[in-house]
Amino acid sequence: MTGPPAPPASSPVRLVATLSGAGALAGFLLVLVFQATQPTIAAHKEEMLRRAVREVLKEPARFEEIEVKGERVYAGYDAAGRRVGYAIVAAAPGFQDTVRVIFGYDPATRTLIGMKVLESKETPGLGDKIEKEPFVSEFTGATTPLAGIKGGGAGEGVDMITGATISSRTVIGIINRALDRLGPALAEARE
Amino acid sequence: MKTDDVVRGIWRENPVLVQLLGLCPTLAVTNSVANSLAMGSATVFVLCGSSVLVSLVRRVVPNAIRISTFILIIATFTSIADMALEAIVPTVHKALGAFIALIVVNCIILGRAEAFASRNTTFRSLMDAVGSGFGFLITLLMMGTVREVLGSGSFLGLPLFGKSYEPWVFMILPPGGFLTLGLLLLGKSWWHARQARAAAPADAASREAA
Repeated sequence: MTGPPAPPASSPVRLVATLSGAGALAGFLLVLVFQATQPTIAAHKEEMLRRAVREVLKEPARFEEIEVKGERVYAGYDAAGRRVGYAIVAAAPGFQDTVRVIFGYDPATRTLIGMKVLESKETPGLGDKIEKEPFVSEFTGATTPLAGIKGGGAGEGVDMITGATISSRTVIGIINRALDRLGPALAEARE
Repeated sequence: MKTDDVVRGIWRENPVLVQLLGLCPTLAVTNSVANSLAMGSATVFVLCGSSVLVSLVRRVVPNAIRISTFILIIATFTSIADMALEAIVPTVHKALGAFIALIVVNCIILGRAEAFASRNTTFRSLMDAVGSGFGFLITLLMMGTVREVLGSGSFLGLPLFGKSYEPWVFMILPPGGFLTLGLLLLGKSWWHARQARAAAPADAASREAA
C-alpha cells in the first residue's frame, strides 16, 4: 500500500515540530479529561469499598478506618458502640489473575462475619462462582483458620466449588494468610 | 456515493466478517451483550474521532511521520474512552479490563485511518468510520447475543428460560467464541456464494443477448 498524497520529503525540523505539536495537544487533552473524570472514578471506588465493608460486617451502625501492622483495616461498631469486628482487604494470585477479597472477622469468637470478592478474573462459569451464592455464604460464621472440604459434606469448614478447586482454595488461603498476619494483633486490640 | 461509504463498512466490507480484522476483542469480550455493546460503542467513538481528525490533518502531517501521528491520535481517543467508561459505567469497564486500552492496536482503526481518512474529505471519512464502526458493533452484538443466550440463558442480564435451564457454559468460554465466530463467517460466505451463483447465469444470458 502506498502512502497518501502528501507533500514531498519534509525537513527534519518540520517532522519533529509536527510530532511534538501533536504530542503536546494530545497530552493537554488527556489532562483535561483526566481531571474531569477522576473525581467521579475516585468517589465510585470509595463508595464500592464502603458498601463492601458494610456488607461483610452485616450492616454495622458505623465503621472507622484504623491501621494494624501497616495495613488498612475497618473496625465496625453496632448501635450500642460495641465493636462487632474488623473488615480486612487481602489479595493473592488466583487461577487467572489476582483475586482481591474483603472479609469481616470477629476476633472474640475467631469466626468470620461475611466475605465478598472485590476483584477477580476467574474463569466465567466455573471459577467466577467464588463471587456468588452459595459459596459466599459458606463463610458467614465459619471458624478460622478455615478448612476447605470437598464433596458437599455437612461438616465444619467451607464447601469447595466443584470445577473451581483452585479458585475456592485461593479465597480460603487469602483469608487464612491475612489472619495469620493480623489475627493476633487484632485480638490484642480488643477493647 | 455518500450512502455507499456507510453501507460498505456494515455489509460488503464488514471489518470482522469480511476483512477479519479486530478478531481479538471480537473473541475476547463478547461473552455478554452488555460487554459487546460497551466494546462496540467505545470502538465506534474512537474510530469516528480519529478518522475525522486524521482527515483534517492529512495535508499538514508529513508523509514520513503519518503513522506515528495517526497512532498518537488513536491513543488519545482511546484513553479518553477508557476514562469516560470508568467514570460512567464502572462495572462494564471492570468486565472489559485491558481490552479497552487495546483499542489502540485494533487494526480496524489504523486501517481506516491509513486507507481511507488520510486520502478523503472529512465528511466521507466520518461516513466511512460510521459504517465500519457499526459493522464492528453489529457483529459484536450478534456474537454477544448468541453467546449470552446459550451460555448464560439470559439477554442483557435478564433470565430468559427460567430456573430449569442449565447454562451451556461452553459458549461463554473462549471455545464458544471461536465456534460462534466460525458459524457467523460460514453464514456470511454462504450468503455471498449464493448471491454469486444467482448472478452468474444472468451474466451469461446478458452476454449472449449482446
